[in-house]
Amino acid sequence: MQNTLIAKVENKPGVLNRVASLFRRRNFNIESLNVGRTENPDVSRMTIVMEGPDVDARKVEANLYKLVNVLDVQDVTNQPAVIRDLALIKVKSTPEHRAEIANLANIFRAKIVDVAPDSVIVEIAGTEDKIEGLIELLLPMDIVEMVRTGQVAMLRGEAPGIRHTPGANGNNQPKHYKK
Amino acid sequence: MKKTGAEIVLECLVREGVEVIFGYPGGAIMPVHDAMLRYPIHHVLTRHEQGAAFAADGYARASGKVGVAIATSGPGATNLVTGIATAMLDSSPIVCFTGQVPAHLLGGDAFQETDVTGITLPITKHNYLVTRAEDLAQVIQEAFFIARSGRPGPVLIDICKNAQLDEVEFEYPEDISLPGYRPPSHADPAHLEEAVKLIAEAKRPVILAGHGVQMSGATAQLREFSEKTQTPVGMTLLGLGSLPASHPFSLGMMGMHGNAYCNQAIQNSDLLLAFGMRFDDRVTANLRTYAPRARKIHIEIDPSEVHKNVKVDVALIGDLKTILNDIAPLLDPGDHEEWLEQISEWREESEARDILSWPSEEKLHSAHVVQDFWQHTGGDAIVTTGVGQHQMWAAQYYNFDQPYRLITSGGAGTMGFGLPSAIGAWFAHPDKEIWTIDGDGSFQMSLPELATAVQEGANVKILILNNNFLGMVRQWQEFFFDKRYAATPLTGPDFMKLAEAYGVPAKRVSERKDVAAAIEFARNTPGPVVIEYLVEEEDSVYPMVAAGADLDDMIRRPITKQKTAPAD
Repeated sequence: MQNTLIAKVENKPGVLNRVASLFRRRNFNIESLNVGRTENPDVSRMTIVMEGPDVDARKVEANLYKLVNVLDVQDVTNQPAVIRDLALIKVKSTPEHRAEIANLANIFRAKIVDVAPDSVIVEIAGTEDKIEGLIELLLPMDIVEMVRTGQVAMLRGEAPGIRHTPGANGNNQPKHYKK
Repeated sequence: MKKTGAEIVLECLVREGVEVIFGYPGGAIMPVHDAMLRYPIHHVLTRHEQGAAFAADGYARASGKVGVAIATSGPGATNLVTGIATAMLDSSPIVCFTGQVPAHLLGGDAFQETDVTGITLPITKHNYLVTRAEDLAQVIQEAFFIARSGRPGPVLIDICKNAQLDEVEFEYPEDISLPGYRPPSHADPAHLEEAVKLIAEAKRPVILAGHGVQMSGATAQLREFSEKTQTPVGMTLLGLGSLPASHPFSLGMMGMHGNAYCNQAIQNSDLLLAFGMRFDDRVTANLRTYAPRARKIHIEIDPSEVHKNVKVDVALIGDLKTILNDIAPLLDPGDHEEWLEQISEWREESEARDILSWPSEEKLHSAHVVQDFWQHTGGDAIVTTGVGQHQMWAAQYYNFDQPYRLITSGGAGTMGFGLPSAIGAWFAHPDKEIWTIDGDGSFQMSLPELATAVQEGANVKILILNNNFLGMVRQWQEFFFDKRYAATPLTGPDFMKLAEAYGVPAKRVSERKDVAAAIEFARNTPGPVVIEYLVEEEDSVYPMVAAGADLDDMIRRPITKQKTAPAD
């Protein structure tokens, strides 16, 4: 099962290293990790996606709080959230294939953002499933290279997210650990 | 007022109440050592940076304050690493300062440059690289706060040389702003109620007291809890002294070399109350068969320790003392007479086959030495140890009645910890009796610190149990490697001549009748003294739970007078 966590961290040098070192040190397997700026210049935001049982996600959450620079961790798995990934896919394409690729891109609301004599770059943003769907269709056309940002997530409306680690950083929404 | 970075370091240390620092100078930290001469802080020159970190740790554990170590960049800093890892695994509050090359040279492989914050990242609670003198005061204040609060641990501050030399306006920050660091204190009241319910239902409860009991200052609360609910208390190695060994509810030490009756009580328990301990593999043995019929309540300040090794039914996250105070009025008096009766039967069986009931023979038994030593020091000495058989014998046969009388490397199991940590403990309590019980192997790892003890006039007594082996590994070789003693026999040195070279009075003892006199000699001789006991070479620590075995599946001391299996 996939778990998605959002961690707000202090925007200071070395914090990404601390988080990455933690994952390595505790042997956590991370599917994707995205780091970016937020509305507050002092705060960065990480979206961490991990494959594995819930209990592993709880461990990641509790361990993240041990880092002095981690401000808040929420679990947004199965919560009303917008979760997006962005991919750039370079596909081999002779001029006669371009229309077909453009067509596919259209169906997926993707865009062709670069055209070269024998390739095009398709840009797509959306959920995992949607991107996987497009990739599947583009595969037969020979994907030259691809890059994905990893997921970013934001809860809808006023949804507060779940904080499983009771007492951590003074958060007082203690909930039972799932067994 | 304008001050150099080095002066700011010392201004901050004085404000933190630091009186003694353990360290070793070198190029990149020279400005701090230089400024130290102008401040009321005593610098102890250890003979190796590792000794400085151990001494700071020993000081911290003996005093309850933050210990401070200081070293230069590169090799000076990397020599601290083992000491920092030791403090990390035992949650000991120390702050380490290291010099670093000037900021403009960072990353350029300048002389004695090492990525110290990178190296120590996984073995510190937090660390800092300071490139500007302006940042020092705040960083140092934060470092001390982080080191001693919550679950304590080591913090390292790597200071670029330019930040030590630059003169800036010094202003001591009014308060600390660490928005991401808020250690929990009270547990959730709903969880408290669940815990109270489990406690009331229990018929065969056992408390597991860990290092957290002493660190949060909860020994009185533990005792009150234990007596009110009639719950016996097993202790981890670092928990020894949480409840007096002489208390009727004390089960002594649990785990790999714990008391058989303590392990039996845990395995047959129906409720384990884990107080400030983390279910280390040395106390649980096989996790799949650990306390199979017991429900579990875990009181722990570090949420990441909960469910890490053992799934528990109720977790109370917060400060142990606070939580025990919160829970006390909710508890009903318990009555577990049958259970306590059962435990005392196990205990009698354990004691009957204990080596203490053996007569003294030709060769000295380490257990007898430690027992005599305990009696002659009235159980009141602060005892540090190295790591190995002697450490376990010290834990088993020195009956710790008070907290923080045993200072030992538990989680990391770091050999060589004994002498330097004893020196640190002496600076914390120069008025108390300080001993290190060491092995011939462990002692040699920190041997140069004998000179430190002499130079400082440290009143530390060194008790060496010399079996001419790396005894614990030898024991494993005997049990699990068909007595193939690979790389474990030790020869020499002559500890008497060695002590003489350092100007340290020394005595060698090989018979039980002389054990006590040598202890008295040491106690009556000021300054460091070495007492070497030539003990049975192939003695083993019993009971022993083999790695991965069930906790109550113990190798017991053979009931006959044969000390070990007969040689082929």
